Amino acid sequence: MLRIAQETYDAIVAHAKRDHPDEACGVVAGPEGSDRPERFVPMVNAAGSPTFYEFDSTELLALYKDMDARDEEPVVVYHSHTATEAYPSRTDIGLASEPNAHYVLVSTREHGNSDGPVEFRSYRIIDGVVTEEDVTVTAPETPKTNQEESTP
Amino acid sequence: MAIEVRIPTILRTYTDGAKSVEGDGETLSALIDDLEGSHPGIKERLVEDKAGSIDLRRFVNVYINDEDVRFIGGLEAPLGDGDQVVVLPAVAGG
Repeated sequence: MLRIAQETYDAIVAHAKRDHPDEACGVVAGPEGSDRPERFVPMVNAAGSPTFYEFDSTELLALYKDMDARDEEPVVVYHSHTATEAYPSRTDIGLASEPNAHYVLVSTREHGNSDGPVEFRSYRIIDGVVTEEDVTVTAPETPKTNQEESTP
Repeated sequence: MAIEVRIPTILRTYTDGAKSVEGDGETLSALIDDLEGSHPGIKERLVEDKAGSIDLRRFVNVYINDEDVRFIGGLEAPLGDGDQVVVLPAVAGG
């Protein structure tokens, strides 16, 4: 199961809508081994395509070095489909190379750049085998009261 | 000569889980052959036969001291003592 914070879920959906009709892509990094997607990192789709996505190779290296320095891993790898359902394509399955990641697919085919619901689904893709999993969106943490905030 | 090679998660099955291994070679091609000696099977995951010659796989990125090897000679890119090589599978799909 993927547990993801509401604000991160919203950020992924907003990115997908913004980049429609091209595919949007990115990761949500989290502490290694924690399975907690915490740090939203939208990436540029270097392919700039409605049917393909690829992280730019220089940005890919920078991302992995940054995660390495923070003891993080890509907990979520997300991308959008803009004309088809939110299910991994053959290419997605063939190229999936993060066995520990949740692969999130968002489909913007219904509403494009406009408001409206999207399909948001999550999968494990290991050795060419796709397993869909439940997605639980967690509420934002309760804001701290004034008393708990540090005084200037 | 020692060259540090950073191994991505998906290829750590070839390195007993090690995130980084040491190798040897004056070019990337020689380094990959050296790695194949100590970690059999890894070469096939990095290179493929393209029209009769060996080349890096399209969706494998290799960097020497932060430079994508595709811009510095590909498999013939020169290596020296203390260089750092990073292997990263492309994050891509359709």
